[in-house]
Amino acid sequence: MSDFSYSVDADGVATITWDVPGKSMNVMSQAGFVQLDGMVDAALADPAVKGVIITSGKKDFAGGMDLNVIARMKDEGGADPARAVFEGVMSIHRILRKIELAGMDRKTQTGGKPFVAALPGTAMGIGLELPLACHRIIAADNPGARIGLPEIMVGIFPGAGGTTRLVRKLGAMAAAPFLLEGKTNEPKKAMAAGIIDEVVPADRLMARAKEWVLAAKDADLVKVWDRKDYKMPGGTPYHPAGFMTFLGASVMVHANTHGVYPAAKALLSAIYEGALVPFDTALRIEARWFTHVLMNPSSGAMIRSLFLNKEALEKGANRPAVADEKVAKLGVLGAGMMGAGIAYVSASAGIEVVLIDATQEAADRGKAHSADLLDKGMKRGAVTAEKKAEVLGRITATTDYAALAGCDLILEAVFEDPAVKAEVTARAEAVIPQTAIFATNTSTLPIGELAKASMRPGQFIGIHFFSPVDRMMLVEIIKGKATGDRAVAKALDYVRQIRKTPIVVNDARFFYANRCIIPYVNEGMRMVGEGVAPALIENAAKLVGMPLGPLQLVDETALDLGAKIARATKAAMGDAYPDSAVDDILFWMVDQGRIGRKARAGFYAYDETGKRLGLWEGLAQKFPRALKQPELGEVQHRLLLAQVLEAVRALEAGVLTDIREGDVGAILGWGFAPWSGGPFSWLDMIGAARAVEICDGLTSRHGRRFEAPGLLRDMAATGQTFYGRFASRPKAA
Amino acid sequence: MTEAYLYDACRTPRGKGKADGALHEVSAPRLSATVLNALKHRNDLDTRAIEDVIWGNVTQVAEQGACLARTAVLASEFDESVPGLSINRFCASGLEAVNLAANQVKGGAGMAYVAGGVECMSRVPMGSDGGAIAVDPSIAIAKYFVPQGISADIIATEFGFTRDQADALAVESQKRAAEAWADGRFARSIVPVRDVNGIEILGHDEYMRPGTDMQSLGSLKPSFKDMGEVMPGFDRIAIMKYPHLERIEHIHHAGNSSGIVDGAAAVLVGNRAFGEKYGLRPRARIRATAKIGTDPTIMLTGPVPVTEKILRDSGMTIGDIDLFEVNEAFAAVVLRFMQAFDVDPARVNVNGGAIAMGHPLGATGAIILGTLLDELERRGLGTGLATLCIGSGMGAATIIERV
Repeated sequence: MSDFSYSVDADGVATITWDVPGKSMNVMSQAGFVQLDGMVDAALADPAVKGVIITSGKKDFAGGMDLNVIARMKDEGGADPARAVFEGVMSIHRILRKIELAGMDRKTQTGGKPFVAALPGTAMGIGLELPLACHRIIAADNPGARIGLPEIMVGIFPGAGGTTRLVRKLGAMAAAPFLLEGKTNEPKKAMAAGIIDEVVPADRLMARAKEWVLAAKDADLVKVWDRKDYKMPGGTPYHPAGFMTFLGASVMVHANTHGVYPAAKALLSAIYEGALVPFDTALRIEARWFTHVLMNPSSGAMIRSLFLNKEALEKGANRPAVADEKVAKLGVLGAGMMGAGIAYVSASAGIEVVLIDATQEAADRGKAHSADLLDKGMKRGAVTAEKKAEVLGRITATTDYAALAGCDLILEAVFEDPAVKAEVTARAEAVIPQTAIFATNTSTLPIGELAKASMRPGQFIGIHFFSPVDRMMLVEIIKGKATGDRAVAKALDYVRQIRKTPIVVNDARFFYANRCIIPYVNEGMRMVGEGVAPALIENAAKLVGMPLGPLQLVDETALDLGAKIARATKAAMGDAYPDSAVDDILFWMVDQGRIGRKARAGFYAYDETGKRLGLWEGLAQKFPRALKQPELGEVQHRLLLAQVLEAVRALEAGVLTDIREGDVGAILGWGFAPWSGGPFSWLDMIGAARAVEICDGLTSRHGRRFEAPGLLRDMAATGQTFYGRFASRPKAA
Repeated sequence: MTEAYLYDACRTPRGKGKADGALHEVSAPRLSATVLNALKHRNDLDTRAIEDVIWGNVTQVAEQGACLARTAVLASEFDESVPGLSINRFCASGLEAVNLAANQVKGGAGMAYVAGGVECMSRVPMGSDGGAIAVDPSIAIAKYFVPQGISADIIATEFGFTRDQADALAVESQKRAAEAWADGRFARSIVPVRDVNGIEILGHDEYMRPGTDMQSLGSLKPSFKDMGEVMPGFDRIAIMKYPHLERIEHIHHAGNSSGIVDGAAAVLVGNRAFGEKYGLRPRARIRATAKIGTDPTIMLTGPVPVTEKILRDSGMTIGDIDLFEVNEAFAAVVLRFMQAFDVDPARVNVNGGAIAMGHPLGATGAIILGTLLDELERRGLGTGLATLCIGSGMGAATIIERV
């Protein structure tokens, strides 16, 4: 079956219809390009054809390239993969350029056949790059559609001429948000931005496209960049205005990406170098930089984790094979920050919510959180008054446990105290159906222990949200020893309903995410104690792609909470407790009352509104700056490996059962260096042998916490990669 | 080996580098010709003896383009048999021209050269020649490009210089320049600029602000704070390169940075035989020359390593140098030099510098070398060192010794 079909009507207008069989959204494959190319040739060769409409047989035009194809291009490139990728990209350019030049005589620029793109809905990635090569882009007035080039979000950039064409169409400055930030728009805004030419009522789309084809003149077929008098809007790099644009562009790309995303830099080079040469040369340059990005392991790792595996997990890659467990009515116990956030995301997803707290006032305050978020949405124009009323209408704020009757899922989000949790568990279970699943949002207490308070431990599970709930995309599902398959399926189906990404882990201290974050924060504090410049610690973290330095992170999560966890951990571990050096700093800070942003005092100084001013100068008196400061790379290795080794240990211990969850969870859960694709992808990138070598060095300088786990040593000895060794599941890319 | 000597040095006064500056009406070839002709007349030169004119100039476009050196020769009274070579080592171009000439002489390629340079900053704006390093992402990003003002502020932050220290240096530069002018110490070098009729256009350094004090400087806003902290935010790049810094202290402003001016300078360099043949007396020997590449982001620290290099190469120590000329591109550059070598400020830039009198990019190296020579003679001292920081992270230095 073909992805494209071709027909010619009585007026000589050919229609190429994109309709990939068996998919709800068109995506482009290599076979698709071959088919498209054949149809373009046929249309150009057929004297009866006056012009061509390229459209879609689906409600949308296309979502983009099949990212599986992109991820594999390098591996399938044979002995000289860079050349193979480059030539593959150039062959795409040739097809699109053939459409653009339309068979016209290049000297006189006459005699071509018009190509118009008729977009019924969303057109992203190649789904916009193909239209950009056409002579007219007409879109249906469909406010739900997204038009744009979001490639940068998964670590690549528009490499089928989209970069070169959009910059020439809009100028570098105006094209920047669409290329560098991947900003997408609904059709009317896309037209206002100059990306597409025309928006018409949906039922007029094909008629208008045909009208344009039949009326098109020779001059309508000549792109501005193929005209002799073409000048780039905003100026080329050595035009005075263009110079300032490009001067600033390098700064912003470099600083905003902390230097760790190869695609952003390559994209900017393609724009800059392309702006200095004729169009066809610019396409070739774009292909060279695009190839360069695909050859960088970061792009493949980002596509794998941020797109392919994230989607696989969302679709239930690790869901037990039991019947649908979609949630109809959710009971949330505790209307504090977490409970209120859970109520909001659930009600927004259409789930009926009972939000319970000890007092009506507290319950109402929890519901008011949803009203606040909806109001903010209305200000942005993302939420209508009806939608707000609908969502709030789904939330019942009460103190009455009887209201939980009929709930098929309970989410307990009360104070982190086993006794309190046990009490609310019993009260809820007294009311809810026997079949209901009971989930706790604990972040620190073992699920197995809490399940002891439950009448039905097989239906007891951990569903751990991250704060703020409405913004954090990861949900960590924790299986206790007794947790049954139906509880796991319920949790996964619920997470899918609220459109977040789940990972499923086994029950162990701090589960997965906190297990990895705590050593990161501790390593930062340790270095403060050693006299490492605090700015170096924080900047080193950012320069390796962490969203927050460890000191800023602990200020946000609060040092008193950290001290509480440290005391509990120490009590549980006894002599094996490895972090006394950290506690010296942590407890001292807490003693000074510097417990973080909430106290307007932590490792950073804050003004009275809570705005961060800078690192607290008092640190230098208590922990004098070491005369010899470590190299940046040493600090970065310490901060990265503190997390990464914990991820490996979690895998070794069976807390993690799927490295895809380890990678996706790390990026979405605590922002672990997204450019790397996650801790396991990063280890694969540098190789287990190199990782062990780094560990050995760090162990000798800083202690046994950096000892390479046996699994890593084993892989170093056998030359294995994590994705080579553990990607046995067919869905793992 | 043949030795190279300085026979003469002269310069134009420096005009304010703005449309209302006195030299704004004077073209780069004419300003160049002013000092070339002065050398010819002062020394009664048979210009056919000159092997080449090596001419420093930074912004080589428009009237400064198309090998300005040769155009300058043709605009002057030099014989047309004298060729011209335009060179660009940014702020040290004028010194590099002298160094190239000296080393050609030492190598036996000709008897005598004229070296120097010109910059008409009011007519050909700085930066108007483009430059990939600032805008080509494959270089600008990889090498953490920031403009020079940011680099100067990084030096201040890294080495702990305060705004007060920088302002005090600026006040001293103004004071020393004013005293030097009042005392006639530039008289030997200055060649007034005249129009086609011989009417004087400018006879003194126009940029100076005698009477500048801490209070008047205190009211000036930092020049590079906005581009550093706001748009486009160069400080973020600086901190990525130097992650132990939490923020960049913006201490430089128009009053403690070098002035934008128009000016030209020329130096006559030759071997001993040249002087003997034409009856000229050498004033100093060019003892050593050096250039070096350094970290391009902090960029302006070159005077320190290039001085270390020139001392090492010539078997000297810092104590062997009687007077220093360290170009006052920015106050922190000079403060850093004095800090690194622990030299007495009373021996550095004794007649003021570019903060007071201005920095015509292509000419400055030759100007400060001439100032150094005049002052060594006036004080009866032996050895002097001139050095400049250079864009994109370089440094250049010359040691001269009176004979």
